[in-house]
Amino acid sequence: MDQFAVKVFVRLRPSVLDPAGEATKSASIKLGAEGIKSLRIGKMIEVKIEGNGENEVREKIDLLCDRLFANTVIEDYEYSLEKL
Amino acid sequence: MDNFTVGVVVFPGSNCDRDVSWALEGCLDIRTKYLWHESSDLSDVDAIVLPGGFSYGDYLRCGAIARFSPLINALDDFVKSGKRVLGICNGFQILTESGFLPGALVSNKNLNFICDDVELDIVSSKGGWFNNVDEKQTIKLPIAHGEGRYHCDSDTLKKLIDNELIALRYKNNPNGSSFDIAGITNERGNVLGLMPHPERACDETIGGTDGLFTLKSLILK
Repeated sequence: MDQFAVKVFVRLRPSVLDPAGEATKSASIKLGAEGIKSLRIGKMIEVKIEGNGENEVREKIDLLCDRLFANTVIEDYEYSLEKL
Repeated sequence: MDNFTVGVVVFPGSNCDRDVSWALEGCLDIRTKYLWHESSDLSDVDAIVLPGGFSYGDYLRCGAIARFSPLINALDDFVKSGKRVLGICNGFQILTESGFLPGALVSNKNLNFICDDVELDIVSSKGGWFNNVDEKQTIKLPIAHGEGRYHCDSDTLKKLIDNELIALRYKNNPNGSSFDIAGITNERGNVLGLMPHPERACDETIGGTDGLFTLKSLILK
């Protein structure tokens, strides 16, 4: 069995308003940061997972992302995978 | 109606389960039974309410974890059999997360947790959940949510409109919901999800009775 470290990034789809991102952008500007054109907040999920090779692990992660980690009505996801 | 029993689902973090039960039993004389989320035996209930609250602490997304409970898995056959399911607030979020209703509920546009009475237009009579036999009617119900902004893509919205699946619309949209949507039904009409709380409007002494009709309609076949 191989072990992998997976980082999943879940983001609101561009068409979905992100009021928390807007509020954070506003605070960033009040802090004095200049030049911020856009700020959107997502989630990062770290998973350590075992499997027989990368393909099998990708199948498991795809299922997790599609069914649980993201709600694809409002969110997109992508992930990176590193063999440990 | 003598033996008609409404199952009120209890998740860890539900906090309107007792309100729903009190409203049904105390105001409408309808028998209720609490259903723990680990149960998958729905054989002795005739309708189900998914109450408001914060199931599983709203972790990940509202309703996302509750979707995987044994009870929600068993709900598929219950809905297919035509029995009635009412999802209130967090219950609505669970129904969208689990695919019984389209769309999703996300953070209010102004980021506030809004606790207020709102006026709602009854849009559709599908499923008989609201009393709109006459002219277009307006009711007043309380809302209490931080993540009640209904969102769906334009194709889904068109389908909702064309098939008369929009049950309620806010008169003064408080949270930024698409098309002012406050509640929708499935195509068959036996599943209703809404953000306002009908169980909190069942007695004049607490501000109104506009929620009675919806709870009473749980006993419709």
